[in-house]
Amino acid sequence: MSIAGTDIKTEEKYISLFKDNLGHLNVITSEEVANEREAGIRIFEEKGIPNRKVENYKYTNLNPQFERDYACDFEHEVFNQNLSEVFNCNVEDLDAITVYLINGWYYRKNQVSESLPKGVLMGSFAEFSKSHPDIFKAHYNKYAKNEEDSLVALNTAFAQDGFFLYIPKGVVVEKPIQIVNIMKSSEDFMAFPRNLVVLEENAQAKIMVCEHTLSDNKFLVNGVTEAYIDKNAVFDLYSIQNQHNLTTNISSVFIKQKQNSNILTHNLTLHTGVTRNNVYVHMDDEHCESKVYGLFVSDKSQHVDNFSFIDHAKPNCYSEELFKGVLDDTATGAFAGKIMVRPDAQKTNAFQKNDNLLLTDTAKMNTKPMLEIYADDVKCSHGATVGQLDEKSMFYLRSRGIGKDEARILLMYAFAYEVVEKIRVEAVREQIRGLVEQVFRGELNKCNSCALCGQDASGKGYTCM
Amino acid sequence: MIDNKVIMAEDQDKILEEVTGGEYKYGFTTDIETEVIPKGLNEDVVRLISQKKNEPEWMLEFRLKAFSHWLKMEQPNWAKLNIPKIDFQDIIYYAAPKQKPKLDSMDDVDPELKATFDKLGIPLEEQKVLSGVAVDAVMDSVSVKTTFKETLAEKGIIFCSFSEAVQEYPDLIKKYMGSVVPYTDNFFAALNNAVFSDGSFVYIPKGVRCPIELSTYFRINATNTGQFERTLIVADDDSYVSYLEGCTAPQRDENQLHAAIVEIVTMDRAEVKYSTVQNWYPGDKEGKGGIYNFVTKRALCKGDYSKVMWTQVETGSAITWKYPSCVLMGNHSVGEFYSVAVTNNYQQADTGTKMIHIGKNTRSLIVSKGVSAGKSQNSYRGLVRVNKKAENARNFSQCDSLLMGDKCGAHTFPYLEINNNSAVVEHEATTSKIGEDQIFYCNTRGLSTEDAIGLIVNGYVKEVINQLPMEFAVEAQKLLQISLEGSVG
Repeated sequence: MSIAGTDIKTEEKYISLFKDNLGHLNVITSEEVANEREAGIRIFEEKGIPNRKVENYKYTNLNPQFERDYACDFEHEVFNQNLSEVFNCNVEDLDAITVYLINGWYYRKNQVSESLPKGVLMGSFAEFSKSHPDIFKAHYNKYAKNEEDSLVALNTAFAQDGFFLYIPKGVVVEKPIQIVNIMKSSEDFMAFPRNLVVLEENAQAKIMVCEHTLSDNKFLVNGVTEAYIDKNAVFDLYSIQNQHNLTTNISSVFIKQKQNSNILTHNLTLHTGVTRNNVYVHMDDEHCESKVYGLFVSDKSQHVDNFSFIDHAKPNCYSEELFKGVLDDTATGAFAGKIMVRPDAQKTNAFQKNDNLLLTDTAKMNTKPMLEIYADDVKCSHGATVGQLDEKSMFYLRSRGIGKDEARILLMYAFAYEVVEKIRVEAVREQIRGLVEQVFRGELNKCNSCALCGQDASGKGYTCM
Repeated sequence: MIDNKVIMAEDQDKILEEVTGGEYKYGFTTDIETEVIPKGLNEDVVRLISQKKNEPEWMLEFRLKAFSHWLKMEQPNWAKLNIPKIDFQDIIYYAAPKQKPKLDSMDDVDPELKATFDKLGIPLEEQKVLSGVAVDAVMDSVSVKTTFKETLAEKGIIFCSFSEAVQEYPDLIKKYMGSVVPYTDNFFAALNNAVFSDGSFVYIPKGVRCPIELSTYFRINATNTGQFERTLIVADDDSYVSYLEGCTAPQRDENQLHAAIVEIVTMDRAEVKYSTVQNWYPGDKEGKGGIYNFVTKRALCKGDYSKVMWTQVETGSAITWKYPSCVLMGNHSVGEFYSVAVTNNYQQADTGTKMIHIGKNTRSLIVSKGVSAGKSQNSYRGLVRVNKKAENARNFSQCDSLLMGDKCGAHTFPYLEINNNSAVVEHEATTSKIGEDQIFYCNTRGLSTEDAIGLIVNGYVKEVINQLPMEFAVEAQKLLQISLEGSVG
């Protein structure tokens, strides 16, 4: 099922792939999902793969990534393989509810129902689209901005599976929900995971998504997550990206907020090939609060691009954005953030900051913090800095007998600390602290954040890179 | 307390209306005989302009090259501006006040014309030595009169109209024209290169510090015309010049296009200070008429330790679209940009700067203050690029926006492209309205709300106004008062 052909236009490959597999795509999903496909592929056909002329992709050219040939799995053949080796480990109890996704497919043998409060629905996107069409009718593809980004439209066209989470009124899920996304294949592979999260009034949930690659093939992951956060609900989404450098990871998150709701998203890109994170937050009611954070640490020739769009559509909302990046070797980074304050969204408070460290003279950073404001009674600010480690601090540390490398690590860690501390789930924060330190020490070949990576003591396990 | 607030708000609304209703006082037209060529643009028109100006062959070739390139280009639309379609065939590309062949003294200037510039407060007469400014006045497309020429000539400074320079200093023009803004640069620059009419040329020789401020005053007068002038300033080693530019236009219902080019070249240790007070007709309260100000301004800091400083106060024009930029090529060169952009009613502005760091140890500073009122849209767009070999580059940008009224917009689009790890680049921006607490404080000190707002706005833009030469600072402050005072809703 790989895409053949070399001299045709890249977009054509995807369009014919879509046409050839439409039947397969629709077998597993409900009408609600199927009905959106045509519009999605049409937008993709019209706009094509974004190149540098598309303002939002000015600093990231994804065409080479899309030009390659990848295999796809539209019939979840992955589950026919012998997966015991992936799951035979003793799950170290992380005090989290852990589920697995393999190549974008929700692993059907995940066992979670017992540990969840009553009424909570969690499981496969595809299965729930059939069993709960009403929820899908109300929320599916309502928040994703297909028009804005042709890659989101491409995901809508190919969407089949991913995770689905529904938390009814007033239910609080105390434990973090850990979603482990595994990419494993014997050939170059491409996936379009699609996730949907619905939190009803006063509900609370924290999700931690861990992205991993377990085989050394090229991967292209173009995922979309939609979340609807109703009145007074609280939602955290932590995404930990730890993939080898043959990976292209495009992740788009769309969050719609209702009155008094509170959300936090955090993109931690620790290792990747090419990563593009999109975060769209739409504050559609008064008194919403949203916090959008990100940390990326890149070396070699990695490329990380964070894009965010914070839409203050109604008055009295608060948003805070902080992205920090550390770039080593020939890594390149990009940040583009837009705060939009719509007419009449008075009393808006919106803050945005992007700080970057360049460690070598071959690393590059492009940053574009933007404000678009149509209301007058607002407080908005943005800031961006690009610099290197402070010489005075370095001198101080060295005068105290700390070696150059150690001092460097300490200072980098101090730089990242601000944004790591924004994590508001303690258990997760603890883990990330450790991970980030390992990254700076160059020791991160496994992350221990899921049972999967923690098992390599026997020599049989997998490393993330 | 609540009642007080309501009253205060009402008060402010009233003042807002009164003040934003301020009339454009330069809206008169001068009844003067003007020579125009027919509307439209084609190769013949380009040839005709060149012929009218009695230009040498190489100049015509240059124009034609630019024109054929322009034909291949499309009008860009990436800016955050709503630009009604411009019909380039509906513009008169050359209009000149009919004048006697050569002006020898002030008496030869058409009295009507002289009256016009008097009305604008521009001292054309050299007797007015006190004002200490040498002026080159450009009406429609033609430079009318340049003052203080002799005084300057003694020091070796060349300050003359561009067409004069083409005739008399062809070597300098050939060498520097297009060296900073090539004709391929952008759509409007290409158009300017093809049809430019006149402008000013300044050359400051080695080691000379220009003793007086040089100034160009632009005036659009004829209807249906576009103004396409170009300014070229060359500052040789160790020289210094401060250059001012002012502009006005009559009040008309139609939109007029102004697409100019300003090029500055600075050699080793030279310093150029370029100040603009832009007050083109902004259109009426319904947004009808006004000038489209699409200007390409760029400075090349070619020599080591050279410095260029752009200061602009933008209060006029229906649409302002320009980015005075610095290419910091010489080591230790410095670029500075100070801007106040004020938009009211239906005005639109997308302005800012570009700082391109190429040499080592280069520094740049950007201070931009935007004020939007009425239904206007005001955007700052700026680029700071540090090239790979630009060791130890330093940039600081501060972009603030002040909103007055709930129908206007203020936007900030900074681009930071950093390719060198020794660079330190900072960008900061805030957007807010005048705080009620600030006004309240002033009120308690016995200042009326109107005065308080005037005070606060003036304080807000002070950083920029301070950079202007004194005569201009006063004018700029007055302008601000007219467009803004009290316009807090």
